Order: sequence, then C-alpha cells, then structure tokens
Amino acid sequence: MSINIIRRSFSLGLAAVTFAAMLATAPQAFADSSLLNVSYDPTRELYKSINAAFAADWKTKTGETITINQSHGGSGKQARAVIDGLKADVVTLALAGDIDAIAEKAKLLPADWATRLPHNSTPFSSTIVFLVHKGNPKAIKDWGDLAGQGLEVITPNPKTSGGARWNFLAAWAWANKAYGGDEAKTKEYITNLYKNVPVLDTGARGSTTTFAQRGIGDVLISWESDAFLALDEFGADKFEIIVPSISIAAETPVAVIDENAKANGNEKLAKAYLDYLFAPAAQKIAAHQHYRPSDPSAADPADLAKLPKIELVNINDAFGGWAKAQKTYFSDGGVFDLLYKPRS
Amino acid sequence: MRIRVTLILVAVVFLCAFLFLPLAIVFIEAFRKGLFVFMSAFSDPDALAAIRLTLLVAAIAVPFNAIFGVAAAWTIAKFNFRGKNFLLTLIDLPFSISPVISGLVYVLLFGAQGWFGHWLKAHNVEIIFAVPGIVLATIFVTFPFVAREIIPLMQAQGTSEEEAALTLGASGWHTFLHVTLPNIKWALLYGVLLCNARAMGEFGAVSVVSGHIRGKTDTVPLHIEVLYNDYNFTAAFAVATLLASLGLVTLLLKSILEWKFADNLAATHHR
Amino acid sequence: MTLGITMTALCLIVLIPLSALVLRALSVGPEAFWDITSDPRTLAALKLSFGAAFIAAAINMVFGTLLAWVIVRYRFAGRKLIDAAIDLPFALPTAVAGIALATIYAPNGWIGAVAKELGFKIAFTPLGVVLALIFIGLPFVVRTVQPVLEETELDIEEASALLGASRIRTIFQVVLPQIYPAFLTGTALAFARGVGEYGSIIFIAGNIPMVSEIAPLLIVIKLEEFDYAGATVVATIMLATSFILLLAINRFQAWGQNKIGNV
Repeated sequence: MSINIIRRSFSLGLAAVTFAAMLATAPQAFADSSLLNVSYDPTRELYKSINAAFAADWKTKTGETITINQSHGGSGKQARAVIDGLKADVVTLALAGDIDAIAEKAKLLPADWATRLPHNSTPFSSTIVFLVHKGNPKAIKDWGDLAGQGLEVITPNPKTSGGARWNFLAAWAWANKAYGGDEAKTKEYITNLYKNVPVLDTGARGSTTTFAQRGIGDVLISWESDAFLALDEFGADKFEIIVPSISIAAETPVAVIDENAKANGNEKLAKAYLDYLFAPAAQKIAAHQHYRPSDPSAADPADLAKLPKIELVNINDAFGGWAKAQKTYFSDGGVFDLLYKPRS
Repeated sequence: MRIRVTLILVAVVFLCAFLFLPLAIVFIEAFRKGLFVFMSAFSDPDALAAIRLTLLVAAIAVPFNAIFGVAAAWTIAKFNFRGKNFLLTLIDLPFSISPVISGLVYVLLFGAQGWFGHWLKAHNVEIIFAVPGIVLATIFVTFPFVAREIIPLMQAQGTSEEEAALTLGASGWHTFLHVTLPNIKWALLYGVLLCNARAMGEFGAVSVVSGHIRGKTDTVPLHIEVLYNDYNFTAAFAVATLLASLGLVTLLLKSILEWKFADNLAATHHR
Repeated sequence: MTLGITMTALCLIVLIPLSALVLRALSVGPEAFWDITSDPRTLAALKLSFGAAFIAAAINMVFGTLLAWVIVRYRFAGRKLIDAAIDLPFALPTAVAGIALATIYAPNGWIGAVAKELGFKIAFTPLGVVLALIFIGLPFVVRTVQPVLEETELDIEEASALLGASRIRTIFQVVLPQIYPAFLTGTALAFARGVGEYGSIIFIAGNIPMVSEIAPLLIVIKLEEFDYAGATVVATIMLATSFILLLAINRFQAWGQNKIGNV
C-alpha cells in the first residue's frame, strides 16, 4: 500500500511539474519580438503609458506585435545589473554617470553614447522639489530650512539612488550660492541636512512610501514628477509641493546598449524606441506625467503650466559633469562619506 | 494555578504581538478596499506571470532538493566515514548564510564579469537575470531542508532492516524502494513541505539574481515588492495573502502529518 | 553512489559558489581586506547584525522556552492552535513579514501609534531590527526545546517538589539542566539565522549607515556601488561566522543527545 501512495504522489508531482512547465512556457507564443527597457525607480507609470503608445505605433507602421519588458529599480543598482549581464536593449536611467559606468566597465556601448541623440540623449528631464504635509506646518520654504534643528528630512541613499544624488547636488548648489562659494559653510550645511534624515531608503520610491504611507518626517526631497504622482496617489488634501528658490536640471538620459541589442537582434527596434521618446507623442505623455519635455511645443499647455518655474543649475556648469561629480561626491571616501554623520 | 494562568497569558500576548497581528494585517489590508479590488490584483498579467514563475521554480527546486536530501541522508546515516560532521555542517551552511550572499555567489560565478561570464556569453547561455539563476539561488537557500528532516530519522533507524533485505538477496535499489522509502516517507513529505514553503517565499537571494523584469523574472515575493513600490498597497497585500495562505496550508498539512504519524516523525523533532 | 550524488550536489551548489566568493574576497590582498573590515561603517553594520541577532535570540530564549513550557505542560483551549502557529514565521515569506511588521509598528500603525504616544519609536530604528529578528527566530527555540521538555520526566520534577524543593529550585536545579543543551542549540540557531536575515529587515530598519544598517544591506549597497571587493569581503566575514556558529551548534546537539541518552 505504501508503495502505491508513493507512486501516486510521484505521478501527482510529475503532473504538477508538467503543469507548471506548461504555464511557464505559454505566454511566449504571442509576441513577435520583445525589447527590454531597464529603467530607474519612479518611471514605472511613465513607461507603462509610453510603451503602450509605442507598441501601437509600431504595429500600424510595421504590422509587428511587440512586447516591451520593463525592469525598475535604483539607478545604480540597475546599471550594476546590466554590467553583470542583464540583457537590456535600452537603458533609461536617472543620470549619465550610471550609463557611463556601463560603457566603462562592461564596454557594451561606446563612451560617447550621449552624443548619439539630441539634448545629450535626454528626451525629458525633471528637477528636485519638496513634498510637505498639507498647510506646510513646519513652514519650509527653501533649502536652508531643511538643515534646521528638530526637523526630519526624508531622502534616499545617494550611494544607491540616482534621485538621491540629484537631491544632494541640488542642496549643494543652493548652499554654494547662498554662502557665496564658501566651501566650509556649504559642507557644514550639508552635514546638518543629513543629520536630519531618520530613514535612508535605497530608492526614491522607498522614500516616498516612508514619508507618505508610514508618516515619517516633515519634508520629502523628491523628483518633481514623483511629488506630483504622490499628490495623485496619496491625496492632494494631505500633502503639498514646495518649490525651492533654486534646484538642479535633473537630466535623465537614455541609450541603446549596442552589444545586447545586437545579440538580441533588436538594433532597429531599440533605436526606433529611443527615437520615439523624442517624438511629439511621447513628449506629450511625459509632460502629462509631470516630466519636463525637451520639446515643449508637443506638450499640452495645461500640463506645462503645472510645472513651476525654478532657477535650475546644470550639472556640467555647476559640477563639471557627472564623471567628476560622481568621483568627488559619491565615490568611496568621497565628500558624502566624509560629511555623512547620522544623528546619534 | 496563578502562575499557570500568568504564563499562558504571557505566551498568548507575545504570540499575538509577534505572530498573529502581522498575519492578520496582511488579510485586513488586502480586503480594505473590498473583494473586487482584491480580485483585480490577480487579473494583472504580471501577477499571473509571477505566480507561474514561482510555481516553476518550486517545481524544479523542491524535487532536486528532495532527491539530494534522500541521497545525503542515506550517505550520512548508512555509511561511516571521516569528515561526516564537516559534511553535515556544509549541508547546513545555506541555512545560516545570508540570502543576499547566496545571490551574490551566483553573480560572481555566472555574471558577465564573473568566472564563467565570458564562456556563457560566447555560448549564449543565460543564467543570471533569467530563470536558471532564480532556480539555482532557490535551490541553494532551501538546500538543507529535506536532508535535515530525514538524517536524524535514518540515523535513528540504523541499517539493520536494509542489511536484512540485502542478505535475503534484494538489490540495492529494491531495498531502498521497499524498505527505506516506506520508513522515511512521512519525514520526507514533511521536509518537502517546508522546503516548498521556503522556496516559494524566498526574497533576498532571488532579488539579487532576478533582474526584476516584470512579467518575466519577477517571482511572487518580488512582485509584491514591485506593487508596494508602485504605491499599490492593497494589491501588494492581496498578492501577499497568497503566500500567507500557502504558509497556513503548510502549517495545516504539517500539523496533520504530526498528528497522524507522530511516532514516525518523532526523531525528526531533534532539529 | 549516494555519496557521489551528495558530493556532486554539494560541490555544485555549495562549495564552488562559496569558494568563488572567498577567493574573490582574498584577491584584494590582506591590507585591503583589513581596511574594509576595520572601516567604521562595516564594523557598525556587523555590530548591528550580530548585536540585534543576539538580543533577539536572548529574548526568544526566554519567551521561546516559556512558550514551549506552556505548550508541553499545560492543557487549555487553543493550545493546538498556538502549537501550530509557532511555525508561522518559518512558512511566511520574509518580505511579507517585513511589510506587515512595518505596517503595524510604524508611527501610524496599530502598535507604533501607541509607542509614539509613550514617546518612543519602534519601526525605522535598531529596535525594528530586533523586532523582525524576534519574529524570524522564535520557531527555532520553541521547536528545539519542546521535544526535550516532552521527553524529560514529569516524575523527577514532582519528586523534587514532593521532597520539599521550592518551585524556583526545581526549575533551576532539575528542569534547566535537562533542557540546557536544547536551549543553547535553539538559541544558537535563532542567532545564526538572525545574523544573515535580510528580507524582513529592510522594510522596517530605516537603513541609516552606522545606526540601522545591517551587514547584508551593506553587502547589497556595496554591490550596487560596483564595489565587488567590499561586498565579498563583508560576505566572507559573515560566511566564516556562520560556519563557526554551525560547528558550535552541531557540538551542542551532539552533547544534548548524549545527555538525553544518559538520563
């Protein structure tokens, strides 16, 4: 009898394996080809819309049905995955430095990748703003307020999050201007600012959840696009956006990963996809989702009107480009490591 | 008497704060917006793909570890050799290694910059950021589970029955199938249950090797994280109820096994 | 043949991957290895992982033994349910546990709100780490102590009580010596598991370097910074400790079995 039970459970197990294998292989049947876009954390909703529009466009032009697969995560983490072999056809990351790292460490695309598309390969950009509780109870108006005593500031870890690096540099740019280029005072300000951070998430999305869902902190330093999204998701009656006097033009570049696209036979599709990001249709979607389009003429003026006017510094002018900024501020033993002292 | 009541009360309060409340919150949050929102979390193609992938991974990892577990238990219980304790420790090792490290080692081996990276690329074999990598990481993490359940039982039973069968002229395979397997079947099932629960729920190790491609390399636990970061908390908890229910079913089956075959399982309690 | 299967699987799944890790870590050279190890941030992360795991294991040692005692020695309604529920942390995926715990213990969660009133925070502090580890480690203590308690004779305790020994004395001189090895094994298992835990902690820890950043998270962060050397060095230190801990656990277990054999 026992043997019977074993036989029965064995055949049951076999059936389960077969079933699972069938389930797992089923979906590949219906797409002609697929493209993998490896992106950073807060672009989830943006690329969902753009991918649907592009797939429809591609279908009418070529008759081909395509699937665009998405992977999202902290920008540095995503770059690391591509370097380690994640077969991304295109990357759409939070900052140029992460794509540089792919070019340098894995040699999957040329070092001058940024020159291949207009606007330094940046179809749309964003900037950094503050999200505070409704009514702004702590009266936060500008960067200087964030370093004040008894305030809790939420921002992710610049070592892992691209958005957090932009946050750091925007704060630095403000302090540099406010203190007339006095580096000692700027460093003191940054030190005090990060002393106010009670939770250091690894990605921008984690920080928004900590602030909006868990109710931690008085102010969230956030991507402009994500701050608007948070108002939609968590309620405009609970939070409001505060626009600082100065911020940074957060350029979020895109690139074809040549070696992968070639290996996947996706060179044409990958290029068409990135070109589409610069085309009016995608520009309009981006503006609607609170990104700053490189070609504002394509966008709905109502969407553009929502984006506040801010004085924006540029990474190249203010910090000498990403390669230099990455090395000076965020490398192991760099400025951030030296200044970062958590509240004890 | 008063001590008894106090102790029971302390035990119940402790369990409520640490075990029951987290479990309850998963179900409460999942149904917060009603049954419809709960169900719609499962009509998402990405959720279905994640469920399929998790089933596939468990369907490979669990049988593998079951076979290995029996072989390892047989080796350890029925033979005497030097370094047995060392072998036991090696089998146990994945249990106490951080899941993050389990993922990391496969990146070091099979990643594009790893030991076999060039060879794999030249031969167009994908391991990391694809299903094989996820399966490997899962096998690693659940490696000791079956073996650890059967080893003490086999050790307790000794080799006399097998020796008798062999003396009477039965083949080794025949002996295993008709003597050993019936003796260990409940412990084996028990180990398989635990192994399966762990395999389907693994997060850390899989997260390092997955690549997080939605609908392709996201398992159920990773999909929960994705939903959570999409601000889709209700859906995240809805999918989490699936894993929580799996945990509950595992516990139920386990309790039934323990109750019905208590004698047979007694030795395995010495974990 | 079974030896062959065992060794092959062991080599493929455990030995080769782990040696790849150790070799990569050692390739940085002793000086760099020491620099990474003695970096204050590495030390703080290791200290937190080991410290929190130790505190959680100690708490589990007390409450786990108490639970085992209640389950074995008392008969009351719901005992079976409690017995079955002990394994919940084992069966519940760690990420789900982490999100659920963060929801309850965040300042706006059920218990977190009460704690906030009382003036302290649980989630997003080292306390949150300890909390998650108590959850993870509980079954190990209960499940190792429980069977031993079941086997130890109630008679001896009763005899001791009859002979006029106080309750405290009975516990310390009769019960504890018997369950001592199981007690240590279970606590060590909970500790070993807690040191490496990742999934449940990252949702509730706060992840502040030097304060609430656990060692496995530091490995992930170093990995994401392309710092493979740093990641593998920290991983190797953790690996070595795991190995030593397990050897110790196997010793405890062998000792316990001898002890039971002698009773």
